[in-house]
Amino acid sequence: MELSLKAPKQAVEGSATWALSDRIGLVVCWALGLLFCAVAVAIVAFLFVKGVSYLELSMLTTPASAGFSQAESGGFSDALFGTMIVAVMAISLALPTGVATAIWLVEYGRPAALARITESTIEAIAGIPSIVLALFGTVIFSNTALGFLSRSSEGVVFGRSFFAASAMLSLVALPLVVASTREGLNSIPRHVREASYAVGKTKAATVRRILLPTSRPQVATGAMLGLGRIIGDTAIIIVLLGATQNFAPVEEAPFPLDYLRGAGTTLTNFVYEASPTGNLNQPEKAYAAAFVLLLMVLALNAAVDLVHRRARKVGTWSH
Amino acid sequence: MNEEFPQEYGPRWSDQRVERMLGVLVCAVVGLLLAMIATVFVRAWPSFSHNGLAWFGPGGAVDEQLNAIFLSGQSGAEYVYTFHGWPLIWSTILITGGSVLIALFSALFVAVFIVEFAPEWMSNILQPVVRFLASVPSVIYGLLGVLVLVPFIGNHLISEEQKSSVAGVISLTGYSLLAAVLVLTLMIAPLMVSIFTDGLRSVKPGWLEGSLALGVNRWRTTWKIGVRAARPAIVAGTVLATARAIGEAVMLAMISGSVGFAPNPADGLIFIYEPSRPLAPTIVKNIDQLSSPPANATLFAIAAILLLSATLFSLTGYLARRSMAKYGAA
Amino acid sequence: MESLTSPPPIRRLQLEDPRAATEFLPPDAGSNGHAAQPSGFTAAKRSIKAPQFSIRRMEIDEVSVHYGAKEAVKRVSLPVRQGEVLSLIGPSGCGKTTLLRSLNRLTELTTTARLSGRILLDDVDIKLIEPTLLRRRVTMVFQQPNPFPMSVFDNIAYVLREQGSRRARKKALEPAVHSALDRAGLFEEVKDNLDHPALKLSGGQQQRLCIARALAAEPEVLLLDEPCSALDPKSTQVIEDLIVKLRDDVAVVIVTHNLQQAYRIADHVAFMYLGDLVEYNSATALFGSPRETRTQEYVSGAFG
Repeated sequence: MELSLKAPKQAVEGSATWALSDRIGLVVCWALGLLFCAVAVAIVAFLFVKGVSYLELSMLTTPASAGFSQAESGGFSDALFGTMIVAVMAISLALPTGVATAIWLVEYGRPAALARITESTIEAIAGIPSIVLALFGTVIFSNTALGFLSRSSEGVVFGRSFFAASAMLSLVALPLVVASTREGLNSIPRHVREASYAVGKTKAATVRRILLPTSRPQVATGAMLGLGRIIGDTAIIIVLLGATQNFAPVEEAPFPLDYLRGAGTTLTNFVYEASPTGNLNQPEKAYAAAFVLLLMVLALNAAVDLVHRRARKVGTWSH
Repeated sequence: MNEEFPQEYGPRWSDQRVERMLGVLVCAVVGLLLAMIATVFVRAWPSFSHNGLAWFGPGGAVDEQLNAIFLSGQSGAEYVYTFHGWPLIWSTILITGGSVLIALFSALFVAVFIVEFAPEWMSNILQPVVRFLASVPSVIYGLLGVLVLVPFIGNHLISEEQKSSVAGVISLTGYSLLAAVLVLTLMIAPLMVSIFTDGLRSVKPGWLEGSLALGVNRWRTTWKIGVRAARPAIVAGTVLATARAIGEAVMLAMISGSVGFAPNPADGLIFIYEPSRPLAPTIVKNIDQLSSPPANATLFAIAAILLLSATLFSLTGYLARRSMAKYGAA
Repeated sequence: MESLTSPPPIRRLQLEDPRAATEFLPPDAGSNGHAAQPSGFTAAKRSIKAPQFSIRRMEIDEVSVHYGAKEAVKRVSLPVRQGEVLSLIGPSGCGKTTLLRSLNRLTELTTTARLSGRILLDDVDIKLIEPTLLRRRVTMVFQQPNPFPMSVFDNIAYVLREQGSRRARKKALEPAVHSALDRAGLFEEVKDNLDHPALKLSGGQQQRLCIARALAAEPEVLLLDEPCSALDPKSTQVIEDLIVKLRDDVAVVIVTHNLQQAYRIADHVAFMYLGDLVEYNSATALFGSPRETRTQEYVSGAFG
């Protein structure tokens, strides 16, 4: 092989030989990809800047109060607590239901028609707009039989309370929990179950002792994704939690039921009301509350990522 | 070990028992959905029966009609149900259609980019970005829209002459179709991107390799073979995004304008600046009217339309995804 | 202590004729296709005629392929000629598929692959040819038939359409599509169903469709990676006949782990083992009187 002074360059497949339309397409790809990144960065940066400039610690600890200017109207501590209450209540409804449904779908699933119907139901619930869920909630919880879950006055059940909102919010999280848990259970190869049955364990015991603990990462992911949706939902809160900015506990009931039966607010509702289209029109507070909300969502996202990364390190089954 | 197997009768939580219990739970969930559908339609029935098909048509100012309906319920006189919802429906069609089209185009290119053409550092940035955008609550999109985009459109994009040209009919303030479509596109595109990338990744690698081995370049291979094979995923993503767009209430309530006005394409370019209000935000904006029975029926009627269309689209998307699973496994 | 790269110990197999396993037959006359029975083969019949001509098309020159630290192909040199069928044989993992894929630079799709040495196509180093152009001149058929999810016509037309920038009309493409199908021996069977989905064809038909697709690009070299391993014997025979027919138009390189197949259709055979080119010879010579011991062991079924 002779040496040459200038080694000829290796021809690699680049876009140089493509037709013009192909190259324009690649440019569009890059442009849109960069645009997405730019928008995301812009949203975070903008909210960060505005949020940090308007957020004060007092806002997190003071409830809202009537006032003429933004400085006088307090903070949104009620909203913050409201978000947390609603999150805990809704996920504690959605998680067991969702996991149980997923277990039934994966491990039992007979008759097959019921399994198909159930799958379609979960998908349908995932697609129902939350405003429709909220309206349905008004029907359920205005029923006198469920009057104990909210306040009533003069025989008319108000139907708006933390119970009502959480119940409907659990439906929002349910499909996510079901999907994640199913994924987790499905990823366990058959021979693991067979090994358990081969030593005489029932299916129920196998699920409880082996399959569920193994799918913990996926169940956790589902729960966190569900939580993300729950704390981000506004329509159900507006309709089912009452239009207040503070807790409005029911007088006759003992703590904590008085709060849970009463009306209240969450961060999403607060942002909605504080925006120019809401009743309060306090944009600074809106930015501050939105910033706190965004931080919570980002924290949940980061947690999901962490769970995924740790699960990957542990390794997978040899199928 | 013995705790689960009491002496004579076998385990307390026998499989049969557990299966039955879980089965009951599952039936309850299904029953809940059916109850929901039934309730919504039953509550909506008075509004539909009084208006018939004219419910969907134009005629009169829809906001005034809603007001009249509400007041009639309060006053105890005969209930008024007259409702012609065309402006709301038209607004839904325009906003949903516009954003789905734009999102489809962008999401497809971004998905192709992520799967095939982006350098690794770029994919590693883009994927979390897409996940982030998908998880931002809609009220935050609404807030940003109303505090940033709407004033921008109102003050900088719409000229004075344009405002005065339609001043007699409607006022252009920046709460507009344009703002709504832009923000809604941003909201649904990430969902489409993640479904599209899943679909593209599950295309049989043998096809892609075969196409490259025949001397077809990577761009054409990805589009003509990869995208074509991922068609079920593309359908699923589009349909699911449409369902989401139809049901979006809060963000649109903040941005699209709060008038039941049907934007008129005959107005020319100005039409994208016209405000409107789709079906879902209408419920949110009029939620205080629930106590008045005819208004209650009307709002439930709107919810019934939303339920019907969103559920239809969701189920279609689900079926498309199932056929995609069969395809991918093949 | 045996090194890890030496072959496993030889197991003596009981054959019907005890002499056949150990008797070396004298080298055959050469141009006569009907050679003496090679050792270990009692059934394979070589029925193809000797090649009429041979033009040197590709030259593999001291090529090594590394996947990361592992060396999959070690300094292999071979000629590839039009007018004859070159078969690469060897046990699994010997590098024959890697070598084949390096001929049309498909190894570059793997990020850890490194190729050293030269491969020349008509005296031009293929590294200097743009990959997509190269792959139109050197096309490949894979082990699993992979017709695209389109109609039969579109499968072939795809190759023709994506090579030009102008969209050709269907009518204009018809002659080329028909001729490609004809060369692959598939035209008669599908000519009434050209618009039917290609995935509805049988396995053998699909593979012939893939061959037709590869031929539509009018290549100079056709690479086949175990094309019949997923097919039934009848389809295999049809494709083998097809391959032999094609050798005058294109240089054919076929990788196969089926020794009888190599014996049936190859003119020259290259035996590879653990990345090394152990022996390269005409088929009759390699099967009849292999020079290397390793070759003889492999060919007689001692390992593999």
